[in-house]
Amino acid sequence: MFKKIAAGTLIAAITATTVFAGGHARTPIENAIAARQSHMQLYQFNLGVLGGMARGNVDYDAAAASAAADNLVALTSMSQAGYWLPDSDTGSAENTRALAAIWENFPDVIAKVGATSQAAVAMQAAAGTDLASLQAAMNALGGACGACHKAYRQAR
Amino acid sequence: MRVILLFIGIGLLGLSAAGLATAPKIDDASVFEGLTADLAQGEVVFNAAGCASCHAAPDAEGAARLVLAGGRAFPSDFGTFYAPNISPDPVNGIGDWEPIALLNAMRYGTSPDRKHYYPAFPYGSYAAATTQDILSLYGYMMSLPAVSTPSRPHDVSIPFNIRLALGGWKLLFQPQLWIVQDAPTPELERGRYLVEALGHCSECHTSRNQLGGPVTDKWLAGAPSPDGKGRIPDITPTGLGWSVAEIADYLETGFTPDFDTVGGQMVEVVENTSRLSPEDRRAIAVYLTELPTMP
Repeated sequence: MFKKIAAGTLIAAITATTVFAGGHARTPIENAIAARQSHMQLYQFNLGVLGGMARGNVDYDAAAASAAADNLVALTSMSQAGYWLPDSDTGSAENTRALAAIWENFPDVIAKVGATSQAAVAMQAAAGTDLASLQAAMNALGGACGACHKAYRQAR
Repeated sequence: MRVILLFIGIGLLGLSAAGLATAPKIDDASVFEGLTADLAQGEVVFNAAGCASCHAAPDAEGAARLVLAGGRAFPSDFGTFYAPNISPDPVNGIGDWEPIALLNAMRYGTSPDRKHYYPAFPYGSYAAATTQDILSLYGYMMSLPAVSTPSRPHDVSIPFNIRLALGGWKLLFQPQLWIVQDAPTPELERGRYLVEALGHCSECHTSRNQLGGPVTDKWLAGAPSPDGKGRIPDITPTGLGWSVAEIADYLETGFTPDFDTVGGQMVEVVENTSRLSPEDRRAIAVYLTELPTMP
């Protein structure tokens, strides 16, 4: 009898958990938004490595700087085709700052991503050279990131 | 309610204070005696003052930012202002201006035909620009490309279209040259000049009272965004909490201390400050971080 009740409770608990998790499963749009924000976070992390050195918060380390710059180049060359689903802009979805203008100006978005990629390649060449080169390359990188955010990210 | 108060306030100010006290002020060309324009310095002033951010055509990028065709719209409680053409075109721009016309515009908000400019043009801040800097800026602006785009009239309704009333506004809100009275080092003095005068930071970062004047005891402590969405940040040391190096770097690269990028209208500000010298960016950062220690 006790076993039966325990088993019943267990099953109920599992069912409840499943239902609970099911209620919070991400929609494809939520997944896409999470993926592109994760991508941005990887930019941010690797920029932080380079910027920490540029600002003198951490000592310059050619190998670590090169590794971070390599990551930026890799990130800019990854396909993001699956991230930018229709109806995942600020007017249609929650938890995003992506403006509908992105979908209205796709060629320009691609061009701005291309400019970011070029700035990352320039950083790749500069990062391992010396601190002064790294510092000089930060400006173009910031400009490239900012150009896209200016046009296509909702201001806070 | 706010608009009604403004209506009454500006109306009363303009009408009761009309007369000599509020007539548009001007200087004459003798103020330039012994001075010559330095175009390289003029370019620094141009970038520090952010002229292109408002006067370049909307969405202009790169070299197009130096074509000051105007046309950008500035919605406000008072109506919509349109930045005018200030390229050296003699008909639709300011090509027929003498240097003194630019000085009177920036220092007194007075047009060549002796009318008051609306304070959408931040002469409340530019008033503290030096005579030498204005002359150099004039020289630099006249070296930029001319474009014949006609300026669009402001879309401002009664009573704000009565420019005479602006004389009263000027009387109220331009009482002092500097907010921070004492800048004890050359770097702080330069920082104060860049922040309070040319950079006109307070125009957005300081809140305004019901007549549109700055609330100076909340200097740079943030303000509601004029477009109604969100807030313009508090950039006092307690509000911002960034180091000198972090502020200076942000003004150069646009990266925040945690490597997000600059957003909103500040993007265009950084397009200007990234063109300044490292010393000037540092002076701005030092001023901002030492703000509470200065009287």
